[in-house]
Amino acid sequence: MLKNFTQKIREINKKYAKPRLAMSGPVKFCLLLLRCYLLLLVGLLLYKFITVLVA
Amino acid sequence: MNFFTKLYYQYRRAWKAIRLFFMLSGPGLVVMIADNDAGGITTYAATGAKYGYNFIWFLILLVPVAYFVQEMTVRLGAVTKRGHAEAIFENFGAFWGWFSLVDLVFCDWLTLITEFIGMTAAMGIFGVPPWLTILGVIVIMGVMVLNGRYWTWEKITMGFCLLNLIYIPAAFWVQPSTAEVLKGFIPNLPGGKLDNQIFFFLMANIGTTIAPWMIFFQQSAVVDKGMSEKDIPFGKFDTLLGAILTVVVAIFIIIVVGTVLPGVEIDDAAQASKMLMSTHGYAGTFMAIGLFDAGLLGAICISLASSWALGEIFGWAHSLNNKIKEAPWFYAAYFLALISAGGVVLIPGAPLVLITLFVQVVAVTLLPAALVFLLLLLNDETTMGKYKNSLFENIINIGIVSLIVVLSTLYAVSTLFPNIFK
Repeated sequence: MLKNFTQKIREINKKYAKPRLAMSGPVKFCLLLLRCYLLLLVGLLLYKFITVLVA
Repeated sequence: MNFFTKLYYQYRRAWKAIRLFFMLSGPGLVVMIADNDAGGITTYAATGAKYGYNFIWFLILLVPVAYFVQEMTVRLGAVTKRGHAEAIFENFGAFWGWFSLVDLVFCDWLTLITEFIGMTAAMGIFGVPPWLTILGVIVIMGVMVLNGRYWTWEKITMGFCLLNLIYIPAAFWVQPSTAEVLKGFIPNLPGGKLDNQIFFFLMANIGTTIAPWMIFFQQSAVVDKGMSEKDIPFGKFDTLLGAILTVVVAIFIIIVVGTVLPGVEIDDAAQASKMLMSTHGYAGTFMAIGLFDAGLLGAICISLASSWALGEIFGWAHSLNNKIKEAPWFYAAYFLALISAGGVVLIPGAPLVLITLFVQVVAVTLLPAALVFLLLLLNDETTMGKYKNSLFENIINIGIVSLIVVLSTLYAVSTLFPNIFK
């Protein structure tokens, strides 16, 4: 079952390997902003987690 | 005679349009009214108790916010015939696809727990034990989907949406001062200035207006209903009507709580219901019924949003028009989410308050991504053709999306660091 699941994930990754949307400048900029935003949020979550652990 | 013929023709035309609307309406109304879920009711009750009718004007501003975001999902679903999860995988690749899917399923599951918390608290007021409430909800939601017809599921859900209007008679029951309520429609800030606490409440109210599951749910529902490009105007009207109704319900909650419990600190809607019951029996009972109904509506939509998304990506049959034998994985995901979320609420000493707070933070990791993807897709001429965003729609939508992202992020940060805005 686990093997089938891994196989399925691989199939999905292969199927969607290449984004269909043209990666124009504005699209790339938006995705970059999104990455930065998520990194910031994850950083905040980690900081909170560590401060809670230390306390 | 000619006049009467024309009149009759106009009447037939209008009647046909109304009948068509009732056939096509559903996803917009359901998603918008379900937006007033257990967490939403608590936010409105707390706002009403803290600031009375002062923020009625602010709630009215949320109609266009909710409408403009959600109507994009109608267009995208009707044109592409794909749900939002599949659209993200296809257009932005596997990385963003997995990020959105995993985040959505996790966030939905946590939100589902909060809906169960709301429902058990509401039924607890009537002496119903939590296990019985959870069992009852799972049975109701099972019966709704297992008939194998999208149409039947939608119409039963619309019945629960109708029950959400219970706050309207409750507001008349508590006999608020009309003049005072009308003052709330005029933009104002309590105390005349924007302090941190007011800002926190405004953020909370905006935060409940758009949730990630709403985007995924409505787009998948539009696809499952089989709506096409020609149905877009009806889908838009359905969404607008839903946005108006959801705000009307929110206003009436504020009126009920603002009239009976002004200045009281409210932690959850069940507490408000109990307090209301001590002075206004029927209004408190209506509030409790409304809270249960809100949780149930939220649970109905949230569990489906995840199952639809998983079905789209894993290639399972994923329509409510499928019988259980035809779509076993779709229904398995649906029931697994329901049973496990209900089970968490029954665990003695489970950190339910922590989960409720954590939901807001997890939702904020997904919401900006889902909104940005939505905007980018709606601007792709190859996909959308003549249904792509116009300049006016882009100006409005970029403004709204930026506002939602900034305020919901601040709200999440204030949840993580409670003293930051104090």
